[in-house]
Amino acid sequence: MTPEIDEARGAALTAITQAATVADLERVVAEHLGKRGALAGLKKGLGGIADPEARRAAGAAMHAARTAVEEAVEQRRDELAGAETEQRITEERLDLTEFRSDGSRGHLHIVTQAWQRLEDVFLGLGFSVAEGPEVETDWHNFEALNMGEGHPARGEFDTLFVDHVPPGGRLGTTLLRTHTSPVQIRTMLTQEPPIYVVAPGRVFRRDTPDATHMPVFHQIEGLVVDRGISMTDLAGTIEAFTKAFFGAGFTSRLRPSYFPFTEPSAEFDIQRPDGSWLELGGCGMVHPSVIRAGGLDPDEWSGFAFGFGIDRMAVMRHGVADIRDMYVNDIRFVEQF
Amino acid sequence: MKILLSWLNSFADFADPTDAEAVAAIAADLTSLGLAVEEVIPLGQGVDGVVSARVLRVETHPDAAKVRRVWVDAGDGAERHVWCGASNMEAGDLVPLATLGTAMPDGRLIERRGILGIDSEGMLCSGAELGVDDDGSGILLLDSDAAPGRPYTEVLGLDADVLFDLDVTRNRPDCWSHLGVARDLAARRGVALRNAPIEARRGGIERSVPVEILAADRCGRFTTTVLSGVTVTQSPAWIRRRLASAGMRPINNVVDVSNMVMLELGQPNHAYDLDRLGGGSLRVRLAADGETLVTLDGVERTLDGSDLLICDGDDRPVGLGGVMGGLDSEISEATTTVALEMAWFSSRGVMETAARHSLRSEASARYERGVDPYVIDRAIDRFVELLSESCPDLLTHSGGVDVRSDHLPALRRETSLRISVLDRVLGVALGSQRVAEMLGSIGFETSGSDAELKVTIPSWRPDATEEIDIVEEVARLHGYENLGRTVPRADVFGHLTPAQQRRRLTREVLVGLGVSEAMPNPFLAPGDLARAGLEGDFLSITNPLAVEESALRTSLRPGLLAAVAYNESHRRDGVSLFEIGHVYPPAEAELPAEAEVLGVVLAGREAPAAVALWDEICAALGVGAQLDQSTPGPGMHPTRSATLRAGRDELGVVGEIHPNVLAEFGVAERVAVLEVRLDVLLERGERVSTASPVPRTPSSDLDLAFLLDDSVPAERLTKALKQAAANRLVSLELFDVFRGESLGVGRRSLAYRLRLQDPAGSLTEADISAIRGACAAGAQRVGATLRAQ
Repeated sequence: MTPEIDEARGAALTAITQAATVADLERVVAEHLGKRGALAGLKKGLGGIADPEARRAAGAAMHAARTAVEEAVEQRRDELAGAETEQRITEERLDLTEFRSDGSRGHLHIVTQAWQRLEDVFLGLGFSVAEGPEVETDWHNFEALNMGEGHPARGEFDTLFVDHVPPGGRLGTTLLRTHTSPVQIRTMLTQEPPIYVVAPGRVFRRDTPDATHMPVFHQIEGLVVDRGISMTDLAGTIEAFTKAFFGAGFTSRLRPSYFPFTEPSAEFDIQRPDGSWLELGGCGMVHPSVIRAGGLDPDEWSGFAFGFGIDRMAVMRHGVADIRDMYVNDIRFVEQF
Repeated sequence: MKILLSWLNSFADFADPTDAEAVAAIAADLTSLGLAVEEVIPLGQGVDGVVSARVLRVETHPDAAKVRRVWVDAGDGAERHVWCGASNMEAGDLVPLATLGTAMPDGRLIERRGILGIDSEGMLCSGAELGVDDDGSGILLLDSDAAPGRPYTEVLGLDADVLFDLDVTRNRPDCWSHLGVARDLAARRGVALRNAPIEARRGGIERSVPVEILAADRCGRFTTTVLSGVTVTQSPAWIRRRLASAGMRPINNVVDVSNMVMLELGQPNHAYDLDRLGGGSLRVRLAADGETLVTLDGVERTLDGSDLLICDGDDRPVGLGGVMGGLDSEISEATTTVALEMAWFSSRGVMETAARHSLRSEASARYERGVDPYVIDRAIDRFVELLSESCPDLLTHSGGVDVRSDHLPALRRETSLRISVLDRVLGVALGSQRVAEMLGSIGFETSGSDAELKVTIPSWRPDATEEIDIVEEVARLHGYENLGRTVPRADVFGHLTPAQQRRRLTREVLVGLGVSEAMPNPFLAPGDLARAGLEGDFLSITNPLAVEESALRTSLRPGLLAAVAYNESHRRDGVSLFEIGHVYPPAEAELPAEAEVLGVVLAGREAPAAVALWDEICAALGVGAQLDQSTPGPGMHPTRSATLRAGRDELGVVGEIHPNVLAEFGVAERVAVLEVRLDVLLERGERVSTASPVPRTPSSDLDLAFLLDDSVPAERLTKALKQAAANRLVSLELFDVFRGESLGVGRRSLAYRLRLQDPAGSLTEADISAIRGACAAGAQRVGATLRAQ
């Protein structure tokens, strides 16, 4: 039977070699290795060989032939699949540079970006973030901050008043907060010390807009109230903020100034690595009257506060020539950042 | 406040004005003391290369009519020719000549330049060109008796000086004088102040100008002194120069001395011509409503009952108390006898009068902040001393009047200083001895123990009243730069609240969806809300900068729509903008019903884009709301929008802007919009999901299509299917909506794919068939019919 086996094996191997595609090959497999294939037919003939020796030899030859054919199929399948993948890869080539875009992501307002960067630095310094209303009572905005009615410093705030009249109250006592400092009072009244908060927010002044002023702008306020807080804590915190926010090459100084709600009061300046100074904001030890207005005993609790503009941080970081540009909402400006 | 170094030097030898290093050290000390130096202006330093030159002759050239040819001798005997545009000089005059190579203050370099081929060997200078005065109309004429060839500064007698421009804070009224600044500086530098007042001799016959104070709460003290033998003339050169250097124009000797005393000691004062003062007396009273007074600046002021008047004996107004004198009683060249007023007015009254009349004077600026009520005596003596220089026959009559009211602050006020409080605030222990020395150096006398000092506050520091004020003085004198730097404590940790984190997340989601952040003005024009279809009450600013910015918004939509219109008009259609900002609706409460709102506008997009965006926000924040299309909300497209409801709360609106509103705002595109109460969304607590095992059983998909009237929201059918499939439902997707004539008008087909799974085992055909039946039944209840497959 060996010649027939060899013939079937040879035919199968030839067909395998000639198969041009994986599909061709699967047909060859069905034809030659399937139930109706030549090898299957010969296998049925094995039973007809009487001589056990000859039958075993034929069986072995059959097995060898089948194995050889199967191996050839596997090999050919790999070859063909590889070639097909190769061809597919060649055909589906893309020039990815045809698909570049400017990105469809939106843009955060640069004041928000500055706001969040400031928050992040203060979060790292152990502060939490406090909030308060933008329309405020005269009491929170002035009175509680050691600026009673008729206090001369009130005049410097160019306050915008709102025609809201509280029940039992009178016109002229509701205003748009002129600074974020009323949040100091609200925080002390609602939160037990120790208090370590910053209060970023929108503030309002009756100020004609120009390249450096807007009637609506943003400040960030810091307040610490704890036992035994001193000016050295204020100076150290300002210095830590300066280095964290501006960079290790920057340093800070305090110099005496005046605010009704802090005493001693200071301006804080930032020194750039080139030695030049930048006036940044105001700060000081929370005035005992303000601590009292916050419902706390100034002999038990002391603290410091500081504040400065957020808009200016955005203007400086991005080199904005005119602060008004930030509030036109011109998409050609917004999408630059 | 402008402070002259030479003037400070009259109180103590602080620094040589030509020593730049010493001047810088003074400036640093002033800033460190809280007297921020805004500018250091060198004066009288002169322009190198400018010398006195004698005019030899002046000629004109026929072809250059506008300029003169001037020959000068610059002291070396040589004749120099200079072209000159001015014509106020003649032969024999002495003029400043900028020689070749001189760099002028305005940056010009003097070079040999010619006209008509004739060279000019230098330039003749005006006072303005040299910075000597502001006169640029002609060449500065020097004293012709002086020699040519000398530096012009020498001929003018200009000494080098330095002007410090100080930003004096409201709490330091004492530093509105050279004495006050010198006092602080001397204390810081540990030098003694030459501070002994010179008492003027009184004599002659007793002459008095009686005073009656009728408004005691506004005027605490009023003194008059009669000076005779006055000759109104020019002040001595040093006074004129000092005033000019300090930025004040010299007028005549009486006015100049008045200003000198004010700048030196901080005491405003007024000199009346006694012969022109009706009745020879003064009274201080409130004005009658409608009374008028022409002030020194020539403006007629209409007064009211809160203005304080100084009147003469005939009750005729002669001055606005503490603000400005009247024109009528002004010193003239004919004046020989002066009634000198030195008074103390309460700051509040002066502040209000000055503000009401927009009339800020040197006097009002000082009274507003607070003048030392007890410097008056010294100021009178100084006035006499200075005026004597130009009036040798000056006689100070005895009989001076000094009327005081109960409202005059006490000469000495006391408070106490606990050293423990001082140490705590400063964070450094200075010791009571050192503290007492420091305070003593600025006139705060102390007594007491190591634990607590009694402090007497000097009369020139009205700002200081309580313990913390004294603490500040010590801190200031110690120098803030000498304080240590510590960081308070390490056991507090900073964090954003969940709401603050979710606010940031909201911004990130929006930006990720391609929406950019806008910050429109929260102040609207009164009609803006109505134009946006939003009727109803709103609050207004009572003192707006402009009426177009007077209404407090109750919605973010007007601002965002204006931004869309702006961008459209700049060829940027299709902008996607959001704002997170406050609205301020009126409320019957202590404050308006202020709320934080998220507004999104998607220009050029239709309502589904806004719904999809809302769903993204819901997914990110773990919140949700019903879309109530039956009440679309004002200003919204009636058939393409919905009110967002969560339980009883109305969260906002989603959909499209009403076409009429778009027209009102000049927006051509459709605008999809979302406006929602962000504060409410942020306060919905973060939901923490509990893990459940992913089922390992196989899942099956079931596609079902229903017919449903357009009047029924798809969401109702979706809800019914979810209920029907109950716990077997993994996910549900509305994958196709079809409308067509075959279905009939006003109906649509809604095709859903339900993925079903039984966590306990495989779903059988029977199970799926049962679910299908339940879905059909559930759909039926909301009016939907299952379509045959």
